Amino acid sequence: MSEAPQTEPRPDNGRIIRRLLLTVAGMFAFGFALVPLYEAFCDLTGFNGRTRNEAAAVSTHQVDTSRTVNVQFITRNAQGMPWDFKAEMNSVRVHPGETRVVNFLASNPTGSNMVAQAIPSVAPGEAALYLNKTECFCFNQQPLQAGADTAMPMQFYLDPDIPEHIHTLTLSYTLYDMTANATPDVLAQMAPAN
Amino acid sequence: MSTVVGEMDHHDHHHAPTGISRWLFTTNHKDIGSLYLWFSFIMFLVGGSMAMVIRAELFQPGLQLVDPHFFNQMTTVHGLIMVFGAVMPAFTGLANWMIPMMIGAPDMALPRMNNWSFWILPFAFAILLASLFMEGGGPAFGWTFYAPLSTTYSGDSTALFVFSVHIMGISSIMGAINVIVTIMNMRAPGMTYMKMPLFVWTWFITAFLLIAVMPVLAGAVTMVLTDKYFGTSFFDAAGGGDPVMFQHIFWFFGHPEVYIMILPSFGIISAIIPAFSRKKLFGYASMVYATAAIAGLSFLVWAHHMFTTGMPVAAELFFMYCTMLISVPTGVKVFNWVATMWRGSMTFEVPMLFALAFVILFTIGGFSGLMLAITPIDFQYHDTYFVVAHFHYVLVSGAIFSIMAAAYYWLPKWTGHMYDTTLARWHFWTSLISVNVLFFPMHFAGLAGMPRRIPDYAVQFADINQIVSIGGFAFGLSQLIFLWVVIKCVRTGEKAPAKPWEGAEGLEWTVPSPAPYHTFETPPKVD
Repeated sequence: MSEAPQTEPRPDNGRIIRRLLLTVAGMFAFGFALVPLYEAFCDLTGFNGRTRNEAAAVSTHQVDTSRTVNVQFITRNAQGMPWDFKAEMNSVRVHPGETRVVNFLASNPTGSNMVAQAIPSVAPGEAALYLNKTECFCFNQQPLQAGADTAMPMQFYLDPDIPEHIHTLTLSYTLYDMTANATPDVLAQMAPAN
Repeated sequence: MSTVVGEMDHHDHHHAPTGISRWLFTTNHKDIGSLYLWFSFIMFLVGGSMAMVIRAELFQPGLQLVDPHFFNQMTTVHGLIMVFGAVMPAFTGLANWMIPMMIGAPDMALPRMNNWSFWILPFAFAILLASLFMEGGGPAFGWTFYAPLSTTYSGDSTALFVFSVHIMGISSIMGAINVIVTIMNMRAPGMTYMKMPLFVWTWFITAFLLIAVMPVLAGAVTMVLTDKYFGTSFFDAAGGGDPVMFQHIFWFFGHPEVYIMILPSFGIISAIIPAFSRKKLFGYASMVYATAAIAGLSFLVWAHHMFTTGMPVAAELFFMYCTMLISVPTGVKVFNWVATMWRGSMTFEVPMLFALAFVILFTIGGFSGLMLAITPIDFQYHDTYFVVAHFHYVLVSGAIFSIMAAAYYWLPKWTGHMYDTTLARWHFWTSLISVNVLFFPMHFAGLAGMPRRIPDYAVQFADINQIVSIGGFAFGLSQLIFLWVVIKCVRTGEKAPAKPWEGAEGLEWTVPSPAPYHTFETPPKVD
């Protein structure tokens, strides 16, 4: 390449290439950074019906008897999950601030010990922020021996700040087979009975 | 193909390789441009034949020719090939050929990397196409590879799909780096940024978009790979992941990607319309700013592809308004083109015909896009043939027509021959009519509720699909005329002058036709 008479100073090629490659690496990392960013965004806004995955403080709120909200329960099994899984009632009417316990019934009809994990989702997503669970089977993996059944409690209350226009909310649990990925302490719970 | 070997009579090519090694080891921007263009045309025909399979199956309701799983592979691979194999390499080929000649540079800034960025592409597509012959078939989850279709429910060929997308991404990124460095450092003296032809400007901005989003695509396919084969749970709710997040990551890449496929078109049209209107382009500076504005906004609209996933109303409104905002800079461009033609002394050579068709048909695609941007209406249109009609209007009668226009505009410069204009006109008119027969009725099928990506349909859609299929076959066959025109033009034809179009402007017309193997070894003076 012949040396052209330059009319303006220009950065050398190497510097531009280094900067562009750095940008490429940065954007690749950004793609992965979207994962925690998305989590944080969902936790913050209730976007996508996420509920908090840890126990909320016990309700100290005044029960607001002037309002009643219908809380519906849906249960489903992920593909390949053989357990029977249902809520003891389809829905419950609660006053905001009032604490209720609902049992979810599960049975393991198979001939082997299994571990399950329930994943909650709330619709409308907006309501997810106001659904506080003080105790839930969904916080942990749930072991169940072959042929056994169990009642798994979920204790919750609605934050009295829940927007006026929400009259019904739906809490859905999807049950996944986690036997292959069970945590050691859950396996230990199941071991003595074997 | 187009530069004659006999032209290589220059001092520094004592050992110029011949035969296949000339093409394998070439670092010449014109050779690499030709390779890209031929490659993209072959991919266009391959992806097109898959579209023919799709249209043949949809000619009648019921299942007759292919089984649904193969149909899904056809829609998936057709999309992947047309996006990454046909449109993007065609633009890179045009960039290779034209950017150095337009800015008065002797070659691209990084010629060896240029060779690599082309030669890894055939391997990427060989891997993708070979996966179709695997047991269980190729990718069948749509070109958007939504999780869990691509993770939980995909076949064994998914790893091949992922690696081929990785290679395509690396190729695009290398091409983009090359374009940016060339434009920043290789402009002839006096060629300031605001004197660059718009094709150079639009490619400059496109290259930055590529740098910004191709790595995000690479990240998305990597997550799919590890979710499927290495037990991670990025998109699996059971492990704490979220399948909806896939769509956010994918469309964060995907929406800028659609502008990557249209911004260079804007540059081509901005070169052709002034040439055949014999007027300067109206509003040059506003064209540059509009292009930059479109590129910037493209990062703020991704979720309009996923209105139906259940977003808060505030988010839907935000993405709806941002999307509608894009029609402002796009409108600036369309009105500038129209204003350029206003009171110009227009003639209708083949490149101009394609450019005019582009302006009208791309605008139709833009309008249907505007309709889709309206959140409540999108709930009805989502995943129907209305969407298929929309993006084919912008990509086929938009991007592809602009590539055809570019080919007809610069073919005399590349080959040194004028092409057969009668045949070229046949190509234009058959394409114009058939592309509308093919895609216009799809709007109505979509409005009436026909879902996309389904091999069968309710009988009331039979007539409309028959018309669409006939348009499809006609459009496919019309492209063979193009192949014929190009081959004929490479081999024979009237000798083309250095500047075959009297109204054309730009440095590329100051060199002889065909363009010598080396041009602008001494930079031209631009004032």
